[in-house]
Amino acid sequence: MPFEWVQIPYALLTLFIVVNYGLVLTALIQKIGARVGRRHGIRIYQNYVDLLKNYALRTHITHGVMFYLGPVFRLTGGVGLLLFVPTIFGSEMFSNLSFAGDLILALYFVFFGSLGMALGAGESGHPYSAIGVTRGLSQVTAAELPLALAVFAVSLQYETLSITEIVAAQQGGVTNWTLFTNPLAVAAAMLSFLGSMMRPPFDVVLAPQEIPIGPPTEYHSAYLALMQTNRVIFPVAKVVIYMNLFFGGATGWGEFAVKVFCIYMVSVLVGVVFPRFRVEQSIRWFLVWAVPIGVLSIVIA
Amino acid sequence: MREELRKRTVTAPDGQTFEIEPLKDYFCEAQPQVQRPAYAKIVEDLFNWARSESLWILGFGTGCGAIEMRPLMTPRYDAYRFGIQWRPTPRQSNLFVISGYLSVKTLKRVIRSYEQMQGPKYVVGLGSCTINGGMYWDSYNTIKQLADYLPVDVYIAGCMPRPEALLAGFEELKRIIRAGKGEGANRYAENFEWYKANQKRVIQDWDMPDYNW
Repeated sequence: MPFEWVQIPYALLTLFIVVNYGLVLTALIQKIGARVGRRHGIRIYQNYVDLLKNYALRTHITHGVMFYLGPVFRLTGGVGLLLFVPTIFGSEMFSNLSFAGDLILALYFVFFGSLGMALGAGESGHPYSAIGVTRGLSQVTAAELPLALAVFAVSLQYETLSITEIVAAQQGGVTNWTLFTNPLAVAAAMLSFLGSMMRPPFDVVLAPQEIPIGPPTEYHSAYLALMQTNRVIFPVAKVVIYMNLFFGGATGWGEFAVKVFCIYMVSVLVGVVFPRFRVEQSIRWFLVWAVPIGVLSIVIA
Repeated sequence: MREELRKRTVTAPDGQTFEIEPLKDYFCEAQPQVQRPAYAKIVEDLFNWARSESLWILGFGTGCGAIEMRPLMTPRYDAYRFGIQWRPTPRQSNLFVISGYLSVKTLKRVIRSYEQMQGPKYVVGLGSCTINGGMYWDSYNTIKQLADYLPVDVYIAGCMPRPEALLAGFEELKRIIRAGKGEGANRYAENFEWYKANQKRVIQDWDMPDYNW
């Protein structure tokens, strides 16, 4: 696909829609979580206020260049992931930067933010950050394994590494979705999905209720606001990949909103029911339950 | 001053020697600066509204009053409805609720935590103990008036004040912030010497720099 200047405003529009959708969605999810605890929870626009407040704080302290770059890397990971994946299938406007081998790149981008965060949080020098990053990286690595296996199974199944082509192959009815044509791969990927959404039972890394909040311990003001922005983009971008690979993609923003919400809700429903895992428990859980399913899906493919 | 905070010379395994002065090496000595509202009035009003509707409380229960904050987090009172949330680190919070009596030992930690918070930041004194010492008025190791040591925005009287009283206090704080009067961090910076003199008068084992940013 040749480059055209009009793609830049289109990409910004995608980003704008996803940021706003993500802000409302995360607040809604938090409200749902609160309702399970018989609370009303935060207001639906609370995320906007928090974001504005954090950008409006007057003082901030830096711990060095990498401390600056940590949230920037993280945001780059989220935005990059979003833009390299076709958000709306068949739409010239919202295909953004997707290209022939984008599936591999997307897998890298999923990890990119965590690595940037590791460097940034490491420079802050706070022991809780170091603990959080170690926990986070080991858990994300373990959760990434079944996803990678599932992705390979899917790309073997469709014999392509282009997300657009994978979505195209799933069009024409619900039964064409990977969910039904390759249920093992989807099962492995969905188990991995639970681990990477930073919701219970796998949120020991940065749960604010834990004494060490983890990597963002030292982050504040605008740095924290950048990370909050990423916290709303990244899950949506990640769900978009899942939607494209396993659930037939979306052909319009309405379908997009509904599907992303439903896929997100999988992790929420699991999260409100099960208590939090410690890191070594969750790694063991991934290796025992998710990875074999992924291996099986590859063997069958 | 404690042994580990004294200036010393350390020899590395390879024979290199270097000087360590913990108070200078581990802390920043920069004094607090007065940060005036920098933008046009309409923007500052918007920011003040955002600040008032997004109060992040430092999860640091200094005294028995902290027990009154638990009902606020749980279904019965659910302060999250009003934009009040709890954060585990002083860096991310901007409201310090001094919950009850402050022993001198705790005061030291409170000062460090307060100074690590990012401005504009607010202090709420919870309970009679923060106003005049309350039932600890003749205690040998608790402070009597919190306002001598930290710039307090709102007091919530009572022993203990009920969670409803806390919510009313937070609403009062919101009004103060929206009116642009929540400038405790600036008052602290302006009267820095006075606050430090008061703090050092009661804290006998002062082994930290004057400002912990």
